Amino acid sequence: MDRMLFVLQRLTALLLLPLIIGHLIVILYAVKGGLTSAEILARTQGSLWWGLFYGLFVVAVAIHAPIGLRNILKEWTPLSRVASGWLSLAFGLVLLWLGARAIQGVVL
Amino acid sequence: MSTLKVKIWRGEEDGEFQSFEVPARENQTILDVVTEVQRQQEPGLSYRFACRVGVCGSCAMTVNGKPRWTCRTHINAVAKDGEITIEPLRNMPVIKDLTCDMTDFFQKWQKAGGTFKGTVTRKDKVVTIPPSSPKRQKADAGIECINCAVCYAACDTVNWDSEYLGPAALNRAWTLVNDERVGNQKEVLDKAIGDNGCSSCHSQGNCTASCPVGLSPSQSIHGLKRMSLLSFLGTEV
Ligand code: SF4
Ligand code: SF4
Ligand code: FES
Repeated sequence: MDRMLFVLQRLTALLLLPLIIGHLIVILYAVKGGLTSAEILARTQGSLWWGLFYGLFVVAVAIHAPIGLRNILKEWTPLSRVASGWLSLAFGLVLLWLGARAIQGVVL
Repeated sequence: MSTLKVKIWRGEEDGEFQSFEVPARENQTILDVVTEVQRQQEPGLSYRFACRVGVCGSCAMTVNGKPRWTCRTHINAVAKDGEITIEPLRNMPVIKDLTCDMTDFFQKWQKAGGTFKGTVTRKDKVVTIPPSSPKRQKADAGIECINCAVCYAACDTVNWDSEYLGPAALNRAWTLVNDERVGNQKEVLDKAIGDNGCSSCHSQGNCTASCPVGLSPSQSIHGLKRMSLLSFLGTEV
């Protein structure tokens, strides 16, 4: 279990690095002409590529972040390994749900 | 003759410090001071030592807040204004005074696959392993461990997570997975990278900074993490 999570955390970190850079570049680019929701939606709505880009982003975050949270809970709180694991899983599912809703909002 | 003020932990977990004054001598280690107190002032003081020359690994204690091998720690290197505080090692239950229970520490060596299981019997020919081979050099870098538990006491991750196998046990596992004579390398690796193994390490190197023999358990653990990732990706390690 620990080994699998370790590998997943490292691999998602590798995936997140270019995605975060892409995301930041788009932010810089997007604010140039003033930041309006109409302008953003015009770019993202119906775009398969932005859907895939942020879909991957959300999945990677939903895997990466809870693994770190599990370690923090396990080490810094009185929670047991098992309890830390379930709580982090729940946190991951919340991230996934929030992310999916956000993508639904801007892409569909 | 000037004197040293020494505070020594007495009792179990809920004990307290007892103060002593001992003569300050020119050449004196922490272990000498503890021995002086026990011989001259407090015969009931419990502590461990054997070799007195940095070989057996039994004399480690916390000296002025840091884990150290006491037989090779000169007073002048650690005394602050002629004062020294001596406690048992951290991260292990205190039995009495300066002795702690090392059962968990050694059991974790087993949990990390630390037992040597060879491939040949005494009837077989001895296999030649060139000392210059990369694997042997990696193993050699970690084999001089004296099992003193100084690194284990220095490790914050062990302090936070009592299940974590810790630097010494993982360093041992690293030497075995690089030792060509070992027959169960896969088994050792699985244990060392598995639950409570190398992935719990934060890589900050307190273990390496404290190891009296100058080994680098954090480097060994880094090697195990690398193996963990590469073997997952199907790369030969
Ligand atoms: S590097 Fe790892 S094993 Fe060494 S002290 Fe830090 S957490 Fe412990
Ligand atoms: S690695 Fe160093 S500090 Fe740790 S037990 Fe071995 S000799 Fe002691
Ligand atoms: S007494 Fe043997 S290492 Fe200190």
